[in-house]
Amino acid sequence: MTLTLRRAGRRAAHSAPPARRHSRKVQGWLYAAPTAVIVGVLFLAPLALVVWMSLHRWPLLGPARFNAPENYTKIADNPLFVDAVLFTLKYTAITTVLLSSVALGLALLVQERRPGVGFFRTAFFLPGAVGFAAAALLFYGMLNNDFGPIDPILRDLGVIDEPVKWIGTPNMALFSTIVLVLWRFAGFNMLILLTGLQAIPVEVYEAARSDGANRLQIFTKITLPLLRPTLALMLILSVTGSLLAFDQFFIFTNGGPDNSTVSMVMVVYRDAFFRFDLGGAAALSVVLLVGLVGLNTLMMRRLR
Amino acid sequence: MRRRLAGIAILGVLTFTTACGGGDGGAPDPADGPVTITMWTRAATQAQSERLVQAYNGSHKNQVKLTVIPTDNYQPRIASAAGAKQLPDVFAADVIFVPNYTSQGLFLDVTDRIAALPFKDKLAPSHMKLGTLDGRQYTIPHTLDLSVWFWNKDLYEKAGLDPEQGPKSLKEFAQHATAIQEKAGKDGKVHGTFFGGNCGGCYVFTFWPSVWAAGGQVMNPEGTTSLNDQPAMTEVFKIWREMYDKKVTGPTAKEEQGPTWTGFFPKGEIGVMPMPSTTLGAMPADMKIGVAPIAGPDGGESTFIGGDSIGVSATSEHADAAWEFLSWTMSDEAQVEVMAKNKDVVARTDLASNKYSAEDPRVVLINSLVAKGQTPYALRFGQTFNDPQGPWLRLAREAIFGDAAKVPQLNAEITKSLQQ
Repeated sequence: MTLTLRRAGRRAAHSAPPARRHSRKVQGWLYAAPTAVIVGVLFLAPLALVVWMSLHRWPLLGPARFNAPENYTKIADNPLFVDAVLFTLKYTAITTVLLSSVALGLALLVQERRPGVGFFRTAFFLPGAVGFAAAALLFYGMLNNDFGPIDPILRDLGVIDEPVKWIGTPNMALFSTIVLVLWRFAGFNMLILLTGLQAIPVEVYEAARSDGANRLQIFTKITLPLLRPTLALMLILSVTGSLLAFDQFFIFTNGGPDNSTVSMVMVVYRDAFFRFDLGGAAALSVVLLVGLVGLNTLMMRRLR
Repeated sequence: MRRRLAGIAILGVLTFTTACGGGDGGAPDPADGPVTITMWTRAATQAQSERLVQAYNGSHKNQVKLTVIPTDNYQPRIASAAGAKQLPDVFAADVIFVPNYTSQGLFLDVTDRIAALPFKDKLAPSHMKLGTLDGRQYTIPHTLDLSVWFWNKDLYEKAGLDPEQGPKSLKEFAQHATAIQEKAGKDGKVHGTFFGGNCGGCYVFTFWPSVWAAGGQVMNPEGTTSLNDQPAMTEVFKIWREMYDKKVTGPTAKEEQGPTWTGFFPKGEIGVMPMPSTTLGAMPADMKIGVAPIAGPDGGESTFIGGDSIGVSATSEHADAAWEFLSWTMSDEAQVEVMAKNKDVVARTDLASNKYSAEDPRVVLINSLVAKGQTPYALRFGQTFNDPQGPWLRLAREAIFGDAAKVPQLNAEITKSLQQ
């Protein structure tokens, strides 16, 4: 049926006089134009420009000079970037595992409709409504050894004797940042997983129960497999977001102590706005982009 | 996590705006009517800038609209604004960044305009030196901020020290700080001294004068070779390291990133510490404070002449009005009645002693240091010494808290960064 209609349409188009055919074409372009302009201006042009920029020595003012492929070849000589890649990968691995576990735990806790569950859903999601930069500042203030309230509270409770160096040692800085990220994003990811959980038909659970499956079996044989697409979405968001981590390290740890928490995007930012090497920063961005596209393609294939 | 494509987007938008931007700047002002010019300054010198702008706006037809930007964000803001040709008409900048900005073409050449000033030879020499590139002048001094030792006379008395005698050498500084820590530091609130242990800018501002006072140098004159592994510097590091090891410095000194490092002294919690001279005017009125020049391990006197320089931006469309304001800030009226009146260092050597400085011997002392101090020159100063990811902060932290044996190797990193 569809085929016949399409053929008929095509015949009609072919048999239409050239002027009308032309105006239809124009009409089609006009319909597509707003989207095309938005995609072009907001997505493609900046991408093309950043690639163009990465091939030049690009000063703050004045004309750019073509210097390809220098901006790319010098990346390997940038120890800060190499360290940042390793650190960001480590951070991404830890964050993704913890974030998925906590988010899944929270989602399972508030999955069923019970009295008061709305309160908990809201409470868990609430940090997700705080801007990330504001959240980083909030943690910086709370954990500050000089004026933060956390140290005195812990001391009054008898948990600690002297101030904890929350961001004073590399491991503690990473730990504190991960706590911040969990606080900020666990609720948001819970919401994603909750929609997935609620899309699983109740009948499947009922059938399993009547077959005598226990809670663990239901979780491993029904919930997890049926949640797979949602989990995949969450994983992709988490991995991409973590690899592009910036605010938490820029505001909260400032990359310290001793460059132990410098993320890849921080290096890009530093190259552009502290070293004024806009071309070099663009080259790093392109490398980062290619890596991310590759990784996401791989993840999509594996997780689908 | 919402920051998808953060780095790319920043640069992408920047490129786009650069590509689309227009106008060469430096165009003449419209013939008639008052002009409102825009000005940026960093938070560190906000008070001085606000007073100057307020006094100017109150007495002139042209007006200045001031925007204050957090100190940490200033450099990135200037960079992105320059890329987008959106710089304000005039902007102040930390004097040590000025060579880099002038080499990037951010400031308008004002050599001839400066030459027409009656007091052109009296402008603070170190600021003028850093604002000069290839014989052309681009900036004039805006504020002068010198590093000096402040001591708390009450705490000196409590510790059994002479409250009228500040330290004369870095070794004596360490003795005083240790005495205060031992005698008055039992409560855990009061500490002998304090420093910004995770802040590159704080280190150069407070430690380098001790090197200069001892006759040493931290860089070659061209700012391309680092000498921070030489005995003059390592000796200074050693003294500070001992103070940290003996817990004479506040416990959070190691983590102090910069924004709050001057906050403890005015609360009466620190015995003696290096501080910016601009904070003198903002100290509690009833606090008894002594001021001494920064000394080397065994004596001498020096200071880091910091502060801001100011210039007309290369893209300004109101260059004449902008210069009119800038030249007024150097006038007797502005320097004496606005700067000196508030205990700030004047930017003109011929006004060093004036009716206000005479009232406070501490101000006279600070003014007199302008001739003895230094402002280091390096094209790549910011990325090397101020940037938290730069090589200097690593060297300083290893020297004070970590493995001092790594200093020569890290010094080579600094030289590499200076030559990039």
